[in-house]
Amino acid sequence: MLEVENLSVKVGDKQILQDVSFTVDIGETLVLFGPNGGGKSTLLMALMGFPRYEINAGRIFFKGEDITRLPVDERSQRGIGILFQRPPVVRGVKLREMVRACLGDRAESVDIDELALRSNMTEMLDREVNYGFSGGEVKRSELMQLIAQEPEFAMLDEPDSGVDLMNIVLVGKMINDLLQRDMIRSRTHSSLIITHTGHILDYVEADRACVLLNGGIWCRGNPQEILSSIKTQGYEGCAACQK
Amino acid sequence: MSEVNEKIESAKAANPSPALGDIDLESFSKQAEEHSYQEDFSKIAEADRQRMEDVGVVLGDSAKRSGTFLQKDHSVIHSKTQQDGVEIMSTPDAMQKYLWLSDYLWKLVSPEADKFTRFASDNPYQGYFIRVLPGVKADYPVQSCLYLAKHGLAQNVHNIVIVEEGAELNIITGCAIAPMNDEGLHVGISEFYIKKGAKLNFTMIHNWAPKMEVRPRTGIIIEEDAVFTNNYICLKPVHTLQTYPIARCVGKNARASFNSVLVATSGAHLDVGSRVLLEAEGTKAEIVSRAITTGGKIIARGFLSGQVADVKGHLECRGLILGESGTILAIPELEGTVAGVDLSHEAAVGKIAEEEIEYFMARGLSRDAAVSTIVRGFLSVDIEGLPPELAAQIQHATDLSQQEVL
Repeated sequence: MLEVENLSVKVGDKQILQDVSFTVDIGETLVLFGPNGGGKSTLLMALMGFPRYEINAGRIFFKGEDITRLPVDERSQRGIGILFQRPPVVRGVKLREMVRACLGDRAESVDIDELALRSNMTEMLDREVNYGFSGGEVKRSELMQLIAQEPEFAMLDEPDSGVDLMNIVLVGKMINDLLQRDMIRSRTHSSLIITHTGHILDYVEADRACVLLNGGIWCRGNPQEILSSIKTQGYEGCAACQK
Repeated sequence: MSEVNEKIESAKAANPSPALGDIDLESFSKQAEEHSYQEDFSKIAEADRQRMEDVGVVLGDSAKRSGTFLQKDHSVIHSKTQQDGVEIMSTPDAMQKYLWLSDYLWKLVSPEADKFTRFASDNPYQGYFIRVLPGVKADYPVQSCLYLAKHGLAQNVHNIVIVEEGAELNIITGCAIAPMNDEGLHVGISEFYIKKGAKLNFTMIHNWAPKMEVRPRTGIIIEEDAVFTNNYICLKPVHTLQTYPIARCVGKNARASFNSVLVATSGAHLDVGSRVLLEAEGTKAEIVSRAITTGGKIIARGFLSGQVADVKGHLECRGLILGESGTILAIPELEGTVAGVDLSHEAAVGKIAEEEIEYFMARGLSRDAAVSTIVRGFLSVDIEGLPPELAAQIQHATDLSQQEVL
């Protein structure tokens, strides 16, 4: 589904990522751990194609196509979606409009109110996008948009940050719906999930994990093993780890 | 408020700044041919009908309106009420019918305020008189259109609206210019009286032309427990436009709300604002404006004055600069003269944030579609209590204009 080859990314004059390579297979969920400032969000932004994140080496392939130089909207149209950690407030534009935009050609055939009901977002549907939303509401709003968009490859930037215990269960369920995690043989949706705390893994099962440290992939392995190591030793332990 | 102060306030309402430059009133013609009265809307020329409908005036048989007033140049071409308790006629006719109307004429706007008010008082005029009798709630909006057909004409009108105690009314009024005409002067004097417990929702859509000079002069008085909502939409080209209605909330718990949506194309100069004086306990006001420039200049003013304790007001002004040129100057002003007033404002002027465009692009929209969605959202002002048909008219006007803006 996604192949990232020797990717290097800079923001302004600062080199943030250096020589990052990994793949995500069809139906697979890869979780990306790492300390704050380690380059996790930069990686997602670069994969989505935001111009501020300049790719100065390496290539990105999506379903076999080189998308390294494609603009954001064309990547989205090809099936890549993103959950923003801190999406912008768009004054005047209602969440309903945003969901309609995500639905594209399917806007007439999908019941937005029903989607909002499932997402516990009914009351927010006719409010301005992200204006005055709580942490949990932002995540549910983002996930509702992604569910409407149905991307084959979803990148989730800290879906568990700022979400209280009441909300995390629903957020987990929405992610599982989005990623077709209740399917095994017929699952086609893939994802890359960023988490700093790993909290979301109590609700969403990931297939593989990587740790991103100092702008590069530090290690790869089983999500629970890596998480328990991080929990006991912290990211400082990761940095010192040579195993 | 003393009479002297009232005069001063009227003068402020008339002309807060000379920024738009002077206009030679002699360069406009004062005379226009008489246009015949039309009982039947279908007799109105198709081109004129279209222009009127673009500003929210519905002329079909199925029009759900409580009454209609149409003025073309200096001639009243239709004036009719559809509901008992709702009176519609020209202001001169009303002056003849009701001797007491002199107590209402030139009381909220001073004829001495500036050269335009003097022009309006010195020359014969028409304009509408709309009155709703006590306790009557108009079933449908009353509509009016002030239409300029003659090239280079100075059209002056004097409008009086009286919503008597406990009555309720929605008015939609459109001002428009004939298709082949692009030059003229419109001076509109308007005086609104919202009596105790009454409600008036006044929506005005302006569709002018690139060489039009427009000078409305408006005063409003709002009594105890009365509510006044003013929606002003000006999205089409105009040369200069200056309007600064002044509303006085004189009765306990009176409320005033002003919403404006403005677009200034290249060569346009709009100086638009509202002034609300909170003079009694429990009064509230809100002034909201959305301004877009695609090359013209907009001054967006707002002034709230809290003159007694326990009053509340909020002012919000947002401006969007589309394209490389254009200026928006936001001037929010708050004045508190005693302790216990609660006044606030927020103002923001700038371009569309790149981050917002990219947000939509990440959902699959092209850059152009993203900008269009954001602009459409920017222009849509939620107006509490606006009847759905009027909200639809505003949305229609906004959509038409948005296509041109982008």
